[in-house]
Amino acid sequence: MKEKISIQEKQILVSLITSVLILAIYSLYVYQKYMVGNMAIINDFKFWGKAFLFLIPVSIAAQIIIHIVFAIVNKILTNEDISTISDERDKLIELKSVRISHWIFILGFLLAMGSQAFGMQPWVMFITLIFSGFLASVIAEIAKFYFYRKGI
Amino acid sequence: MGKCIITNNIRKLRFHADEMTQQDLADKTGVTRQTIVAIENGKYFPTLELAFRIALVFNTPLEEVFSFKLEESPKNEKE
Repeated sequence: MKEKISIQEKQILVSLITSVLILAIYSLYVYQKYMVGNMAIINDFKFWGKAFLFLIPVSIAAQIIIHIVFAIVNKILTNEDISTISDERDKLIELKSVRISHWIFILGFLLAMGSQAFGMQPWVMFITLIFSGFLASVIAEIAKFYFYRKGI
Repeated sequence: MGKCIITNNIRKLRFHADEMTQQDLADKTGVTRQTIVAIENGKYFPTLELAFRIALVFNTPLEEVFSFKLEESPKNEKE
């Protein structure tokens, strides 16, 4: 029998889609606003510093808004409340997925530092850092989904 | 060392407790309904604390709720 998707699994899928969308839209916005016709900016440390600093609050705010919208839409469609408690299983799944994401980010960080050690352009390091952060968060969500579905 | 198999009788115990719902059991033990579902389906093995809480709800010893069996590994079988 096919298992019904749980509320936690739905939330993970929403987070996953949101993460992909936020990075795609933000990258497109930064590219069009700052990089078109001014590709020299790609090696400007100030530019990357600002890009990183703005990405964090933008991403947090967007995630919060989308989760509120999801909670409202889900309540209307299924009359199901989103659980506010996080029990021992939720915490264990969170811990395991954070550990996986931590190792992926560490690997990305080492690759980013390696790019500088081998004399590559600074933008390679920044792109590697952004990409490894994104990959770490996506894989953490996938791991969470797997643990909720297949068991822990 | 052999593989351990943990099974539970929660479904049966709920039935004998006036068909207690998974949500009721979840509320009484302080976890989400999904955790009770996962335990019943053998997808999650609770901590000792939660295991005792579940046993307390049904007013029964822990061994009545969970049972443990050690499956002999092929190496041991040869011996």
